[in-house]
Amino acid sequence: MSGDDLIESLEGIYHIQGRDFVDAGIVSSEVKKSLQGKGIPESIIRRIAVITFEAEINIISYAQQGTIQLFIEPDAVIIEANDMGPGIADIDLALQEGYSTADDSIRELGFGAGMGLCNIKKFSDIFELTSEVGQGTHLKSIVKLNG
Amino acid sequence: MKLSEIRDLLNARVIVGEDKLDVEITTAFGADLMSDVLSFARSGCLLITGLSNPQAVRTAYALDIAAILVCRGKSLTDKFIEIARELGIPILWTRFIMFESCGRLFQEGLTGCIRKTDGTEEKTIVR
Repeated sequence: MSGDDLIESLEGIYHIQGRDFVDAGIVSSEVKKSLQGKGIPESIIRRIAVITFEAEINIISYAQQGTIQLFIEPDAVIIEANDMGPGIADIDLALQEGYSTADDSIRELGFGAGMGLCNIKKFSDIFELTSEVGQGTHLKSIVKLNG
Repeated sequence: MKLSEIRDLLNARVIVGEDKLDVEITTAFGADLMSDVLSFARSGCLLITGLSNPQAVRTAYALDIAAILVCRGKSLTDKFIEIARELGIPILWTRFIMFESCGRLFQEGLTGCIRKTDGTEEKTIVR
């Protein structure tokens, strides 16, 4: 797929400010609204809303800022989350259910129990996570439209 | 069970959704951890929670949850109510604790939207 194709399929780009806890989850709600009425099955939209929610919480919790980009391809929806944050030193450890470095401000939101990345993986058909300590984290989740 | 019956069983106040009291609900999920709700809850269920912040409403919206029952008499902020109205999520509010809320509803026929997290003991998968 060329860069031009990706730009054509860009449905939305959402900027997220780190530590902005009050509006946490708003991107998930906006993404869900934007996907409705496009002939995408409700069950697929729910999965995308969950993935976006957890990705958004991660950016707010750990990074100074970040973006979530949504692409609609003919056969899949792609969610890409990029942040300028501390990065993840040990991705295998971060993907272990229950492992968390969250503080109380995140737990008060109802998150921070070490399930976010697991949930993203669970609801993705294809899940990629790369990170560089001190630089940031890149997450790509693909949800296929044909299940 | 209609939302109005849930209200009556738990002496609940209807905070948002007076016009949706006829909605039929057959399953529920109870948790304060929204990551658990996002992971396990199913569309159309009742979310029973003591978390009364905007994230609870947005979690319910993400999953097409039918309504939220705020238990333990948790205080509600204007922002919480405003977002529930905006997203069309009915809110009931009760002073019953979560255990009592769940127990009374279960006794009257509501069941968990899943039974076990490993998916065993399921009769049907709703998602």
